[in-house]
Amino acid sequence: MLHIVNKSPYEKNSLTSCLAHALKGGALLLIEDAVYGATKGNVAEGAIRRALADLPVYALGPDLEARGMQGNVIEGVKVVDFGGFVDLVAEHRTSQSWL
Amino acid sequence: MAIEVGGKTYETDEEGYLVNLADWTEELGGEIAKSENVEMSPNHWEVVNFLREYYNEYQIAPAVRVLTKAIGKKLGADKGNSKYLYELFPYGPAKQACKIAGLPKPTGCV
Amino acid sequence: MAQVAEALEQEQDAQSVVKKFMFVNRKAPYGTIYALEGLEVVLISAAFDQDVSLAFLDDGVYQLVKGQQTKGLEVKNFSPTYRALEGYDVEKLYVEGESLEARGLREDQLLVPVQVVSAQEMAQLMEQQDVIIGF
Repeated sequence: MLHIVNKSPYEKNSLTSCLAHALKGGALLLIEDAVYGATKGNVAEGAIRRALADLPVYALGPDLEARGMQGNVIEGVKVVDFGGFVDLVAEHRTSQSWL
Repeated sequence: MAIEVGGKTYETDEEGYLVNLADWTEELGGEIAKSENVEMSPNHWEVVNFLREYYNEYQIAPAVRVLTKAIGKKLGADKGNSKYLYELFPYGPAKQACKIAGLPKPTGCV
Repeated sequence: MAQVAEALEQEQDAQSVVKKFMFVNRKAPYGTIYALEGLEVVLISAAFDQDVSLAFLDDGVYQLVKGQQTKGLEVKNFSPTYRALEGYDVEKLYVEGESLEARGLREDQLLVPVQVVSAQEMAQLMEQQDVIIGF
């Protein structure tokens, strides 16, 4: 399953809750304000680093760039463009948006 | 839009559904029925009253399938079928009977 | 909402295969429109004869708390509508135990019969679905 999160980890618990329900074999994609969670020094950095042991983590490039965060991404998080977003959705049998 | 009964005006939406549930009286229901060309018999009132009770309990107007099943449970299989209900309310039991009962249009009914 | 109905309709047209739909509720009832909209989507989806289940976690568990009184707010109290779900043949309501506990709630404070599951069990239930729609 592809888990998609779009809220800042400072604003909502969506990322925490998502990570509590993401199983091995799944993937996590951070978009919109959730890309802050993919950056070094943010409150969710530890959680993202732990998650990386079990599942791939992606962040949407255009959202990182729009926020000036493209140079500050946690090692191991893969940056994808919109095409990559579509590929991820297609690769997984189901996706779930954590609003 | 509005409907007038006994010198008083009641607000309705563009399809003729009462805006304020609390406005409803049997007399008002009868007037709405007339505008729908439905002649109300005790059987009609039985369905309308059932709908009002259902709404009171669950805060929604039931979908036709749910209404049919619930009526069957309460009033018997001879009434809990769509043939019976459509004979009473030719334009649809949920839609037409809800309007007469002063309820909003059933959820999912477009 | 129209999109969900359309998706459901397409699923049904495509050789009438029954799919597993789960609606995931994670928001409290009155602060945003999500809970009410989610409930309406569930009621509409019931017309499409799919295998529907509801999950309540995080603040979503607040939707099911007994004793909601909205007179003072002058908004509709839609909590009684959860009790209508059984009549719509929606009988699988899963509530996450950890979310209840974190909010000092117990199962007997909920207004409908539910199945309380752990976060781990919830994750497994999600994995079994064909379609997951979050609110």
